[in-house]
Amino acid sequence: MANEGSDLSTFDEVQGIASDIFGVAVAKLTADSSPDTVDTWDSVQHLNLVLALEERFGLQLSPEEIDQMKTLGTTAALIQTKLQTSPR
Amino acid sequence: MSADHNPANRRAEIDQHIADGNFDRAASALRELWRREASSATASFVSSRLDQLREKLPLSKFKLAILRSFTVEPILPLLRAEAFACGIDLAIHLGDFNTYVQEIVDADSSLYRFAPNAVALAVRSEDVAPDLARGFSDMTPESAQQAAERVVHNYEQWVNSFRAHSQAALILHSLERPMHPSFGVLDSQSETGQSGLTRQINRELRRIASEVRGVYVLDYDALVARYGSAHWHDERKWLMARLPIAADHLLHMAREWMRFIVPLTGRTAKCLVVDLDNTLWGGIIGEDGMAGIKVGAEYPGAAFQALQRAMLDLARRGILLGICSKNNLDDAMEALETHPGMLVRAKDFAAMRINWSDKSQNLREIAQELNIGIDALAFLDDNPFEREQVRAALPEITVIEISANPLEYATAVRDCAAFERLALSAEDQQRTAMYAEQRQRATAEQKFQSKEDFFRYLEQEADLDPVSDLTLARVAQLTQKTNQFNVTTRRYSEAQIAEMAKRADWHIFSIKVRDRFGDHGLVGVAITHDNGQQCEVDTFLLSCRVIGRTVETALLAHIAKSAAERGCQRLIGWFLPTKKNAPARDFYREHGFAPGETNDSGTLWVLDLKSSKLASPEWIKLNVTETATTR
Repeated sequence: MANEGSDLSTFDEVQGIASDIFGVAVAKLTADSSPDTVDTWDSVQHLNLVLALEERFGLQLSPEEIDQMKTLGTTAALIQTKLQTSPR
Repeated sequence: MSADHNPANRRAEIDQHIADGNFDRAASALRELWRREASSATASFVSSRLDQLREKLPLSKFKLAILRSFTVEPILPLLRAEAFACGIDLAIHLGDFNTYVQEIVDADSSLYRFAPNAVALAVRSEDVAPDLARGFSDMTPESAQQAAERVVHNYEQWVNSFRAHSQAALILHSLERPMHPSFGVLDSQSETGQSGLTRQINRELRRIASEVRGVYVLDYDALVARYGSAHWHDERKWLMARLPIAADHLLHMAREWMRFIVPLTGRTAKCLVVDLDNTLWGGIIGEDGMAGIKVGAEYPGAAFQALQRAMLDLARRGILLGICSKNNLDDAMEALETHPGMLVRAKDFAAMRINWSDKSQNLREIAQELNIGIDALAFLDDNPFEREQVRAALPEITVIEISANPLEYATAVRDCAAFERLALSAEDQQRTAMYAEQRQRATAEQKFQSKEDFFRYLEQEADLDPVSDLTLARVAQLTQKTNQFNVTTRRYSEAQIAEMAKRADWHIFSIKVRDRFGDHGLVGVAITHDNGQQCEVDTFLLSCRVIGRTVETALLAHIAKSAAERGCQRLIGWFLPTKKNAPARDFYREHGFAPGETNDSGTLWVLDLKSSKLASPEWIKLNVTETATTR
């Protein structure tokens, strides 16, 4: 599952995963991207994004945390915090 | 191999191949991406690109319906990506939540309109047996027992109703035992506790599967146990989104479904070809010698014994074993014949290429020697470079991906869906011995001046029988697997064959062949359909191991005679060419048929039964059974 040989920041990885899930080019996704700016970011894809992030980073997101994922930027920040507070 | 490790660049590369119309390269790059990072995110990417490619690639099409009591949507991209990696274009119909009963009993439901090849009944204990799963401690032992019986009764009704409307395969998920039984450890002390009754229901599901054709059990309870109940479940996702499976295990659910889908599509491997040094044993025989290589009951040799045990299990399943190794033949043979730690021996291998030649060339030769397609080979090699070369040269081969840790080799082989079988015939279990006999025949053949002398020497004996309960599975299996000597390449499930056998105007014949070297088993099938005075050959096929022994003439003469006895004037049959069935191309011409109508798919051949001189060769002794015995 690891992107071997890569040296990507958490935001880059979240952005790459979101690109796969939403079917939108990486270049078109920014920290401000949200369900309002990305057409395919609906509730079904939101769940898929959550699952893909949990799988990739080896963590579990609570319903409260999932509600905090309003933009890609806040999502990446949330993941970053969780990785620091409870490393694998 | 792509040099670029940045995931975004790998994706851009694939899109560029698609834009350029290089669909084969796009497909192999997409498969490589999936091998490197099989994840939910990648699955979404693969699934969306597959939508652009699916019509342009030679994929087997398969339609799966999933009837469910929980959220499976996030699993679908993973399932499609896995299927694509196995050469299958999977179309999926998803039932609404908990509408499975209506969908099954209503002949006009969207389930049946979808015309699936297979249906998975993915329901959980909580939904089909709610009182057993949740209210268990409220029940008396008698009422609990009755509840379990009611569940089984429901399943029986669903299965019967399903069979009345569809011949598709039906995959029943077994029920999961409770993680925390209501009575704690006391539950384990009797057969009628919560776990005991769940087991009882699962046992009954197995019985139903053994009684009704095309019904199979997916052991969900064992699947959850394999990965650990505490890890498999995600209570929060269940409450939030009706998704009971944790993110890490969605792929495992998809792979378990694939273990049924792959054998149902017939995209299976018939032979596992292994490397020797550091694959079948630890170390290098040419350098370390007999005393230095590692294989035995103790670590580290135990890892290699475990792989050998897995290989022997495959052999009992009818899968041939082969060797493809860069080695000195004498060194390798000494280890194969005499090393005390080895579980597999030289005699267990149907074909060997131990030399210093290119592996892809050796694999081509192995396929040819065994008379199977290259796509019927699976290849296991510890060297990633060899694996990549074989993949590049022979993309149709199943190359088993393994880590550098030998302890994982056996599991990689056991997990490979290409080795799964849903039924086993007597032929499957004796296949390796049959190939050894075949080598003796080939040696004998060289001693004779004329083919006829060789045929007489063979002393062939053939049983010509209508299909029966005992042969149904094998007959269906042959229609699914036979590619070379097959005039129409029509694939039938067991249930479809059983249905045809019930009809008066259809006739299904099988041929079993023995000779002085041994028993070939059931190796040929002919299916005919009467239409007035005309009898049409729907299917005529012969296993490759008896091609060229005039057995085909005996079977054809038998169906012609049978048609004439029923009053038919003409025997007709289509030859529908495929990439693989050239061996059957001249079959009708050589037996006195005249070419008739020709269209895009093939040519119709016609035999006038009155003037035909078609007869079984005198050197084959025939035993003919006239009456069918199918339920």
